[in-house]
Amino acid sequence: MPDTLTKFIFGRLTLESLPLHEPIVVGTFVVVALGGLALLGAVTYFKLWGYLWREWFTSVDHKKIGIMYMVLGLVMLLRGFSDAIMMRLQQAIAFNGSEGYLNAHHYDQIFTAHGVIMIFFVAMPFVTGLMNFVVPLQIGARDVSFPFLNNFSFWMTVGGAILVMASLFVGEFARTGWLAYPPLSGINYSPDVGVDYYIWALQVAGVGTTLSGINLICTIIKMRAPGMTMMRMPVFTWTSLCTNVLIVASFPVLTAVLTLLALDRYVGTNFFTNDFGGNPMMYVNLIWIWGHPEVYILILPLFGVFSEVTSTFSGKRLFGYTSMVYATVVITILSYLVWLHHFFTMGSGASVNSFFGITTMIISIPTGAKMFNWLFTMYRGRIRFELPMMWTLAFMLTFVVGGMTGVLLAVPPADFVLHNSLFLIAHFHNVIIGGVLFGLFAGIAYWWPKAFGFRLDPFWGKVSFWCWVLGFWLAFMPLYILGLMGVTRRMRVFDDPSLQIWFVIAAFGAVLIACGIAAFLVQIFVSIRKRAELVDVTGDPWDGRTLEWSTSSPPPAYNFAFTPIIRDNDAWWDMKKAGYRRPLSGFRPIHMPSNTGTGVVLAAFSVALGFGLIWYMWWLAALSFVCLIATAIGHTFNYHRDFDIPAAEIAQTEEVRTTLLAAEGARA
Amino acid sequence: MKRSGALLLFPLAVLLSGCDFVVLSPAGDVAAQQRDLLVVSTLLMLLIIVPVMALTVFFAWRYRQSSTTATYTPDWDHSTKLELVIWAAPLLVIICLGALTWLGTHLLDPYRRIDRIEAGRPVTQNHRPLKVEVVALDWKWLFIYPDYGIASVNELAAPVNQPIDFRITSSTVMNSFYIPALAGQIYAMPAMETKLHAVINRPGTYTGFSANYSGAGFSGMRFAFHGLTDQAFADWVAQAKSAQATLSRETYLALERPSENEPVRHYASIDPDLYGAILNLCVERGKMCMNEMMSIDARGGLGLAGVRNTLPLQYDKLARRGAVFGNDPSYVASICTAEEAAAASRAARDADDKAWPLRDLSPLRGVGLLAPGAGSRRADAETPSLGLLRFEL
Amino acid sequence: MASTAITAGAEPVFHLEEEHAHAEGGSTMLGFWLYLMSDCLIFAMLFAAFGVLGGNYAAGPAPKDLFDLGLVAVNTTMLLLSSITYGFAMLTMDKGRVGATQAWLAVTMLFGLAFLSIELYEFAHMIDEGATPQRSAFLSSFFTLVGTHGLHVTFGIVWMLTLMVQVARYGLIEANRRRLMCLSMFWHFLDIVWIGVFTFVYLMGMLR
Repeated sequence: MPDTLTKFIFGRLTLESLPLHEPIVVGTFVVVALGGLALLGAVTYFKLWGYLWREWFTSVDHKKIGIMYMVLGLVMLLRGFSDAIMMRLQQAIAFNGSEGYLNAHHYDQIFTAHGVIMIFFVAMPFVTGLMNFVVPLQIGARDVSFPFLNNFSFWMTVGGAILVMASLFVGEFARTGWLAYPPLSGINYSPDVGVDYYIWALQVAGVGTTLSGINLICTIIKMRAPGMTMMRMPVFTWTSLCTNVLIVASFPVLTAVLTLLALDRYVGTNFFTNDFGGNPMMYVNLIWIWGHPEVYILILPLFGVFSEVTSTFSGKRLFGYTSMVYATVVITILSYLVWLHHFFTMGSGASVNSFFGITTMIISIPTGAKMFNWLFTMYRGRIRFELPMMWTLAFMLTFVVGGMTGVLLAVPPADFVLHNSLFLIAHFHNVIIGGVLFGLFAGIAYWWPKAFGFRLDPFWGKVSFWCWVLGFWLAFMPLYILGLMGVTRRMRVFDDPSLQIWFVIAAFGAVLIACGIAAFLVQIFVSIRKRAELVDVTGDPWDGRTLEWSTSSPPPAYNFAFTPIIRDNDAWWDMKKAGYRRPLSGFRPIHMPSNTGTGVVLAAFSVALGFGLIWYMWWLAALSFVCLIATAIGHTFNYHRDFDIPAAEIAQTEEVRTTLLAAEGARA
Repeated sequence: MKRSGALLLFPLAVLLSGCDFVVLSPAGDVAAQQRDLLVVSTLLMLLIIVPVMALTVFFAWRYRQSSTTATYTPDWDHSTKLELVIWAAPLLVIICLGALTWLGTHLLDPYRRIDRIEAGRPVTQNHRPLKVEVVALDWKWLFIYPDYGIASVNELAAPVNQPIDFRITSSTVMNSFYIPALAGQIYAMPAMETKLHAVINRPGTYTGFSANYSGAGFSGMRFAFHGLTDQAFADWVAQAKSAQATLSRETYLALERPSENEPVRHYASIDPDLYGAILNLCVERGKMCMNEMMSIDARGGLGLAGVRNTLPLQYDKLARRGAVFGNDPSYVASICTAEEAAAASRAARDADDKAWPLRDLSPLRGVGLLAPGAGSRRADAETPSLGLLRFEL
Repeated sequence: MASTAITAGAEPVFHLEEEHAHAEGGSTMLGFWLYLMSDCLIFAMLFAAFGVLGGNYAAGPAPKDLFDLGLVAVNTTMLLLSSITYGFAMLTMDKGRVGATQAWLAVTMLFGLAFLSIELYEFAHMIDEGATPQRSAFLSSFFTLVGTHGLHVTFGIVWMLTLMVQVARYGLIEANRRRLMCLSMFWHFLDIVWIGVFTFVYLMGMLR
């Protein structure tokens, strides 16, 4: 029976599953396919496959993995932002009886995908990438604790991203909102593949995130250079530590709750169903127990970036280092005690609501202390307005507004009138764009010279900066206003024509942000073209303070020829002041981990497993699961996972740097 | 320079003046109190936000690199006094805000009967509340008036200056019942009941809608809320009474099927047990009601004898499909008659009605501040409990 | 070494002369602990789900209709014994006795398999009676919690088998000892989780 056979092979995947009737999706597919083919063609033409595989894909070097995370985040930013601008356009035109240009089926997928992608596949890779690149350099380590695991984590994140992208062209994505509340996301009300794509993309990526969290905690606890006590760690390392503790202590919750949802959908259990004793509200509680710490997972490392940047560009020690560290730890702990503020309107008692409201407000105390610490770091400093500092100032002025509206939403009676409104949307974009994204741009501009040996072009950086900052205010202030007019989120059409002007303004803001993204891409392109002009051979272009600036830019594979000894929390500043001289001889062989392709293979099988489960292709799921286990076991039979870089090679690398520095010195 | 700034601000002012900031100028007393709390909290926080923003700009300008007069102290990184101030200042604001929150949350608990019609007008025994049972359907709203025996779809009316008691549930997925002009929102959840107490003070027509995304027809889940004078409300009821349609279990099951952008519809009479059946997911005859199931479960289930007490689902609301490895869609069969189940729901409601007339009319003064276990001063105040656990059926 | 360098007086020293050796696998134990804690959180969620839903029988059977405490007691004994025998395996490993270590591991594995078999028998029996995971939220959360533990034991056994092959092939080298230590923590962790399951699901279930 060919029909049974087809069903066996393809599960529920049919030709109708391909969205050929949706011209927008087909158009997107053509563009993506052409772009992808061009890229693949170029890589083949320039014979880059071998290079990419050997030097990048299989690399266990934390710096390269960090950079790959950033590339992933950037690519996914383009996808997530396309969703954003489509929503803005729809909401700007769907008035006076017009249905806009998106039907509900399409629009509901777009806002779900926008949220999922921006949080899981833009913000998370950016943040993880930054931590991966910077933390080992800041603590004077050669690599992370588990270099292979690091590579594997990255590819699992990519695997999740691939599944989300696949949903665009094969089947559909969830139409449930980014947290997929049941019963709407249950099999009864969402029988299609959308929610399954959601579940398996997040599960695959979640494994990577959890492992990467474990890895970085171990790195920070175990791999610090001698002399670097906990209270001498750079603030970025501290915030990274707290973030990774949050990751390890919260992502398993997400894994568990999505597993329960998957069981409901696949096996017919009754965790979150309406009948048979299920309780959908348990899902809402559980997912926010993950969801709220997730917010701090995103913002904490950026608080670290702002601390580094403010201190460096004010030419001054960070004010209140100790209170900064304690503030971070307090935020970490408190972030577990506030989850219920996401659903005050569920009908909990007044005492419960006020408890969670007040714990939420308490978080603003350490956050406020941090803000003052940055302020007093600037006080009596000598502030250089380079790009990272500009982003930091924009952050300080923007984030306080978002913080204020956040505390406002923590007052339960105020939340009753603003919950789920565009005011809420404006609030969390205010903190995520104003905090996380501005911080990422500050971090990218700050550490780019470290990663590549040349600075980013300041002109295009400033263009991007102003487009982003103005675009943000233009796009989200109208949403605050609309929220006060009682407009709720996720609406597709409107019947009150007086609202339209605000949506049009917001759409213009989004266009301005699009210009900001374009300018950022141009900035990277121009900087690569002008890299000779922008070159930095000192390895310390900003007169930095922490250890990463003591080595060359880009750092050698082994990071430091000799393990540094730390006497101060501004280690490099201290070394410079004490007349540190780079050692030029006496090099010894350095033990380093070897590259491996196992991570790529494991992640590929995971994607196949997810795809098989989504489409009910049981043979594919079973086969890839068996292969996954077999590969993992096979990998443990490899006992030779490292090698020594010979002393001669190190001497040669360091010699090159000595020559360059001498030439630079002569020029100056 | 200044003039051009004013010119820029002018269109903004025009834009803003043309808007209906319903959240900031509501027509109901509860929403007005919520607005007050919102405004006071904002002002309180501005006490600290404005200086921070001003200092940011000032420090950035004052200590710029090109400034030759500014002091530069590269190693100054600690001052105990200053640190005390920067922790204490936000702490003080949060203490004030926290006290405000605790009081406001208890006084404006949507589960509690309101104690005033508006400022200076306490509720008296003459203000017998209007009962409305609200059901969120895919994708429309059903409003049942049990005291009048009428119902309407996508239209709600209430007399001004009379307390309204909403009982809210949903037929399938989660929604949120929200009329910004009247009072804050509360979720509508299947097999669970939430409550909202409010009053409308100004006659007029306001917008209500679902504030929680619930699927394809969500954008069209809007309804008009009419605040009417007593006479106009009586007319509205009479008009509903004269409608053709009646709301029985059968017509409800037809209404329940997913549909979008439903027009306004009235029902002249209702099945008095319908709301209880909707809430307990047993409108279809033969299906076990949730309250019945829960009381059986509380007594330890039906044992192995009850294990096969399920029947295949006949009626497929949303092209309902079972999970791929699960069994076919089914439901738990009722072991008592529909009449017995309805009687149980009625008993629960009657117990609720005993709260009237009110025993204690003294104004509320933060009753939530009583010591735990001291009990509530008012019979109708809910015992606070974790959100997960306060599902009463 | 490092500390003396730091406290050395006038001439500050800013780097180590020798290669600073982070012991091979020095972070493994910490890393594995962290992994166990993350796994513990997954179990915590499943326990929480059982705590919330454990009384929702959907007018079906309750624990006292389904559980056979005698069988569960035997089952618990199997797992506890397997933990003890794993302990013996670790003791012999410390003495470097490959054969004895392998033998104790094999015994542990047999106890583990016995545990799994009894659990599968229990599941099959319940499903046969109609008490499937689909029947009620109580049964959903029961099967998920106990089943997840069983899956962990299964993976533990696969892992143990792999390690036995590796020990046979490469001996009790440093890497293999480390791996045996990790599996040891994993195995005892599962034991502790099972004590929770036994107490909260079975014993307290019977008291409900």
